[in-house]
Amino acid sequence: MSLLKFTKKGIYCEQAKVYIDTWKPVDYAIITHAHADHSRNGNKHYLSTSLSKPIIQYRLGKDISIEGIEYGEKRVINGVQFSFHPAGHIIGSAQLRVEYKGEVWVVSGDYKLENDGISTPFEAIQCNVFITECTFGLPVFKWKEQQIIYNEINDWWKKNKTEGKATIISAYSLGKAQRILKNIDSSIGQIYTHGAIYNTNEVIQHMGIDLLETTLVDDSQKKKDFEGALIIAPPAAIGSSWEKRFPIHETGIVSGWMALRGARRRSAVDRGFVLSDHADWEGLNLAIKATQCEKVITTHGYTDIFTQWLNEQGIEAQVESTEFEGEGNQ
Amino acid sequence: MKDFIHLFTQLDQTTKTNTKVNALVDYFNTANDSDKLWCIALLSHRRPKGVIKTAQLRNWAAEIANIPLWLFEDTYHIVGDLAETLASVHPNTEHKSDKNLTEWINFIIEIKALEEEAKKEKILWAWNQLDQSGRFAFNKLLTGGWRMGVSQKLMTKALSKSTEIEESTIAHRLMGDWKAEETTFHDLIMEQKEEDLISKPYPFYLAYALEQEPSELGEVDDWQIERKWDGIRAQLIVRKDEIFIWSRGEELVTHQFPELEVLKDILPNGTVLDGEILVYKDDEIQNFNLLQSRLGRKTVSKNQLENAPIIIKVYDCLEYNGKDIRETPLNERRTILEDIYTNYTSEVLHLSECLQAKNWEEVIEARKESRATKSEGLMIKRKDSTYQIGRKKGDWWKWKIDPLSIDAILIYAMQGHGRRANLFTDYTFAVWKGEELVPFTKAYSGLTDKEFKEIDSFVRKNTKERFGPVRSVNAELVFEIAFEGIAKSTRHKSGISLRFPRMLRWRKDKPKEEANSLEDLEKLLEQYG
Repeated sequence: MSLLKFTKKGIYCEQAKVYIDTWKPVDYAIITHAHADHSRNGNKHYLSTSLSKPIIQYRLGKDISIEGIEYGEKRVINGVQFSFHPAGHIIGSAQLRVEYKGEVWVVSGDYKLENDGISTPFEAIQCNVFITECTFGLPVFKWKEQQIIYNEINDWWKKNKTEGKATIISAYSLGKAQRILKNIDSSIGQIYTHGAIYNTNEVIQHMGIDLLETTLVDDSQKKKDFEGALIIAPPAAIGSSWEKRFPIHETGIVSGWMALRGARRRSAVDRGFVLSDHADWEGLNLAIKATQCEKVITTHGYTDIFTQWLNEQGIEAQVESTEFEGEGNQ
Repeated sequence: MKDFIHLFTQLDQTTKTNTKVNALVDYFNTANDSDKLWCIALLSHRRPKGVIKTAQLRNWAAEIANIPLWLFEDTYHIVGDLAETLASVHPNTEHKSDKNLTEWINFIIEIKALEEEAKKEKILWAWNQLDQSGRFAFNKLLTGGWRMGVSQKLMTKALSKSTEIEESTIAHRLMGDWKAEETTFHDLIMEQKEEDLISKPYPFYLAYALEQEPSELGEVDDWQIERKWDGIRAQLIVRKDEIFIWSRGEELVTHQFPELEVLKDILPNGTVLDGEILVYKDDEIQNFNLLQSRLGRKTVSKNQLENAPIIIKVYDCLEYNGKDIRETPLNERRTILEDIYTNYTSEVLHLSECLQAKNWEEVIEARKESRATKSEGLMIKRKDSTYQIGRKKGDWWKWKIDPLSIDAILIYAMQGHGRRANLFTDYTFAVWKGEELVPFTKAYSGLTDKEFKEIDSFVRKNTKERFGPVRSVNAELVFEIAFEGIAKSTRHKSGISLRFPRMLRWRKDKPKEEANSLEDLEKLLEQYG
């Protein structure tokens, strides 16, 4: 019997009768991180990291039944030992280590190797089977050092400010938005956030995590207030009527997809910044090697290509289909 | 080359025409003359050619990146741009070179004569001198395909701003087969030339689409009715024994249509005609797709001249005896046009006939004959209208026929490339044949970005099988496929092929059982094929 199976409802551990990152409602769901494609509504009970717990509660409802445990803390269910280990993807994100009778599987959820200053940094876990994403599993995806990108964003904001324009950045409300706030040069000007991001920030600040204070965009501001300011908004707000309140502005997207000229052009924004919370080509390969695993299962991204590449490298690999989405297409 | 890379990046980052023009003007104001000349040459598709085979570049790039060739090829398919893929897989991230654009071009020209091993050494050296964006620009110099969204017109505009020379003059100075190696910026652009004036075109007058009932236009007698020809709109100028042909994009295309050269000896000097270039063969107008083979080329092969000979079908006269007659009413211009047509005959000069109609019902009937006459509808022009500038409502109307259409089911999807690299946007559609679904066409366009996203998510959740990049999906979604023509085909399983198929709309209201059948398609073939 395989320790973990891919079923219609999600990744299933039959021995423990629990699901991991399920996409259909189940009795017991273990959640690697709080993004919507991994943490869904309707499960009877949730287990997550302590850092993810308040965020999941904020997103799915206060009244859900959820338990949070620390990184490294062990939980045994019917002889199967589960523990969370940092994935470096967003705040609270984890890889799930599953051990039964000496066999170890790791469900890595989404991850990146770079320390972004806000997520607990990635730790490689030795295992027999490593379940991995490969959202950016092509050799054209090579992230620059993150400080270079932050400098590019700062320079662009400064340039817009001298031209009297506002600067709007499209970034996920959970993850990218906080990463930018943590690393941007806040001395340049005033920073505003969209409600979705402002509220997420409040949840995170409540957890005792230090995060830059921003001003919520609401009806009290006038067009003029935004001149020279930076506004961080989720992708859905860009191009909507919400955007009409701002004076002349430039818009930028911060995403790994911006490495592709075609995707950048399709987005039709002024600037694309290549920064991702997912591992790039080299990161994926490094992470897999570090696990010293015998087998890799790829779940989302360029799975067919990346799997063939691994097999040719002498690493046994196969594709399992899931409903995970990786970094959205924006 | 940093300033050129900067220009290239700026052009690439924006979709706004004004920003592009300003970026070009900045470049033209600061670059040295030789770099400027090369920039113009590159933007008008005059790069050094035949330097290297792309197969070699792919092999070398894969080797340097330490990846197998298949992985390079699969990645290229997704990225959609060879120069970009070559640049992105390379490990170097540092810009070390101080060569300018001209120096890099000369470097490339010198490579051409070298043996393969020496070529390889040079190119690997160059790749290693440049960072990703520099490599991308360098590769574009090598491989071509500069789609920077800069038309000849946009470049002309920028040059005009920078040099303060009139746009039409610049456009003319840029025509012909000049080579950057053999001229200078001063000789090409700055020097006053005699033909500048004689080639000058008039702005085109463009019609609006008719959306109301034609009877609402008033008396049919007040209108001139013609077929709307499905070719290339062109302005033909004969002055001082020379001929100039301008496309609607106000580009000089004289050299693309050598068949029309003879008209410079036939038409009197000081004649400007407005018309449509069409392929005409075996005494018949041919389909637009044959004309397409003639477009966008600097030289026309003998083969093309035989396969797709063109004529011009004229419908208006803007200048006669050297006099601008655009303010003269259409019916008077028509008389002049018909006089010209009768007095100066040529096999390549055809007249767009006026249709005689006693009432609007006859006009409606005539429109139904459009497909049979190889036209795409009717033009309805007010008889007392002047020849105006640009698209103006009221006097000139185009009344196109509706496309043919059929409801079909999405059965295969493939990820797009380039702009659509990470989305399933390339679809194959099928119709019913009894209980079975028969694929009959592909379509890529016609939906909004939002709809593409929705379908992308459907494809991911409803994949049945994978065949390389293609996925078969559960047959559930119905689309109305519009097309301009239908023909018999032995290459397709369904036995038919369509012209310009596209998705007209997503029929969310239709269950798959109500999609059309192969029989329905065969009926259309019988009727319109």
